[in-house]
Amino acid sequence: MRYVDEFRDPVLAQNLSASIALEAGAGFGYRFMEFCGGHTHALSRYGVLGMLPSNVQMIHGPGCPVCVLPIGRIDFAIRLALEHDVILCSYGDCLRVPASDGLSLLKARAQGADVRMVYSALDACKIAADNPQSQVVFFAIGFETTTPPTASIIKQAHAAGLKNFSVLCNHVLTLPAMEAILNQPGGVPLDGFVGPAHVSTVIGSAPYQLVAQRYRKPVVIAGFEPLDMLQAILMLLRQVNTGRAEVENEFTRAVTPQGNRKAQALVNEVFEVRDAFEWRGLGSLPWSGLKLRAEFAQYDAEARYPEMHFVSVPDHKACECGAILRGEKRPQECKIFGTVCTPDNPIGACMVSSEGACAAHYTYGRYRDVMQEGS
Amino acid sequence: MCLAIPALVVELLPADMARIDLDGMRKEVSLSLVDDVAVGDYVIVHVGYALQKLDPEEAAQTLALFAELARQP
Repeated sequence: MRYVDEFRDPVLAQNLSASIALEAGAGFGYRFMEFCGGHTHALSRYGVLGMLPSNVQMIHGPGCPVCVLPIGRIDFAIRLALEHDVILCSYGDCLRVPASDGLSLLKARAQGADVRMVYSALDACKIAADNPQSQVVFFAIGFETTTPPTASIIKQAHAAGLKNFSVLCNHVLTLPAMEAILNQPGGVPLDGFVGPAHVSTVIGSAPYQLVAQRYRKPVVIAGFEPLDMLQAILMLLRQVNTGRAEVENEFTRAVTPQGNRKAQALVNEVFEVRDAFEWRGLGSLPWSGLKLRAEFAQYDAEARYPEMHFVSVPDHKACECGAILRGEKRPQECKIFGTVCTPDNPIGACMVSSEGACAAHYTYGRYRDVMQEGS
Repeated sequence: MCLAIPALVVELLPADMARIDLDGMRKEVSLSLVDDVAVGDYVIVHVGYALQKLDPEEAAQTLALFAELARQP
C-alpha cells in the first residue's frame, strides 16, 4: 500500500535504530513521552520499543481519548440511556469501559438501554433523522481530531431542523494536558515529546511552540508508521544533545504549521472552552475541554437534560490507570495488569481501547517482559 | 479511533462525500472539512471524515531523508 509499505521498510528501520544508538551513546538516560495513544499502539505493535537502546525510554502519555474520560462522564451517558430512554450513539471504543455499579454502556444495553455503536458522527445524525419519535444523543469524545466531525454534524442537524438530536460533549484539548503533565508536582521528568499525528493535522505544528518555549521541551510531530517514529526519536535525541528545544515536524506530508483552518473555524463556531473539565488521572484541568456555544444549546444534552449532573467517581482502588496516564507508572507495574485486568475483563479504561497503554502492552509487549526476566 | 492508514479517494459523491479505498476495503467518508480533493488523492481519515490531504512531495522528501540516513555508516 502506498504511503504505508515504504514507511515500514525493515532495513531502513535497522539503520535508523543504529543511528539512534549512536546518538544516544553511553550517556545518561533519555525519557520521551509519546503523547498520542495511536503512537503508544504503534510503538508496541511494530516492535519499535525493542529497537531502542536501554537508555532511551518511552513514557506513554494521556492521548488516548477513551482512557482519559472519567467514569462520571460514562455514568452520565448510561443514565441518559437507562432513565431517559434516549437512543445513545457512541464510538465503539467507549462501549466496554467499566463505569459505576458494575455497568458499562454495553451492559446497559443488555439491561434494555438502546445503545448503538457508530463508526462516524454522521451515522448518529442519520439515526436521529430515521427515528423522529425518539431522542438521540451522540456521546462525543476525543481530542481535536474528532471535534470537527462533531461540530459538522451539529451544523448539519441545525440545517435539517432536527429536533430530536443532541450531543453529550466530552471533547478535550491536547495542549492543556501536555501542560498538566509538565506542571505535575513531583511528576515524571521528561526530555521531550513525540507530538501527535492526526491532532496536529488539525491544529498544526505552531501551537506546540508553547511547550518548546515556556517549558524548554523539544517536540517532534511524527506520523504513525514505524520509520516515522524512529526518525522522530532520533530528531528528539539530536535536539537534546545540542541543547535545543524546538518544534520540529517529521510528518510534513500531512501536517502544516497552521493546520486545517477550515476545521478550526467550524470548531470555533460551534464550541467554546469550558472553565474546567475532569480527566481520568489528571484531575480537573482549567480550560481543557469544550462545550457547545449558547447558540447551539438545543443540541447540547447537558442543557437539554438539566436535571442530570456530572458526578465525579473515583477509579477502582487497585487500578493504576491514573498513574499510567500521568506517565508515572508502566502498565506492568500495576498489580492487576494481565491477571485480574485483561482486554476480555478490563478493570480500567487503559485496558479497553487499543490505544490504551495497558491494552497495547498486553497485546504486543508482555512476552518481552517474560523474555527479559528469563535472560 | 485513529485509523492510521492514508486512504485513496476513488470516487467523488454528492453532498461533499467520497468513496475511499483502504487496501481493497471501500468506504464512504465526508470531505466537508477539506478543500480541493480530487480522485487519486490520499487523505487522512478520522471517524468518517477526511481531515487532511496527503502531500506527495513532502512524503517523497521524508522518504529521501530516510534513504540518505541509510547510506550513512
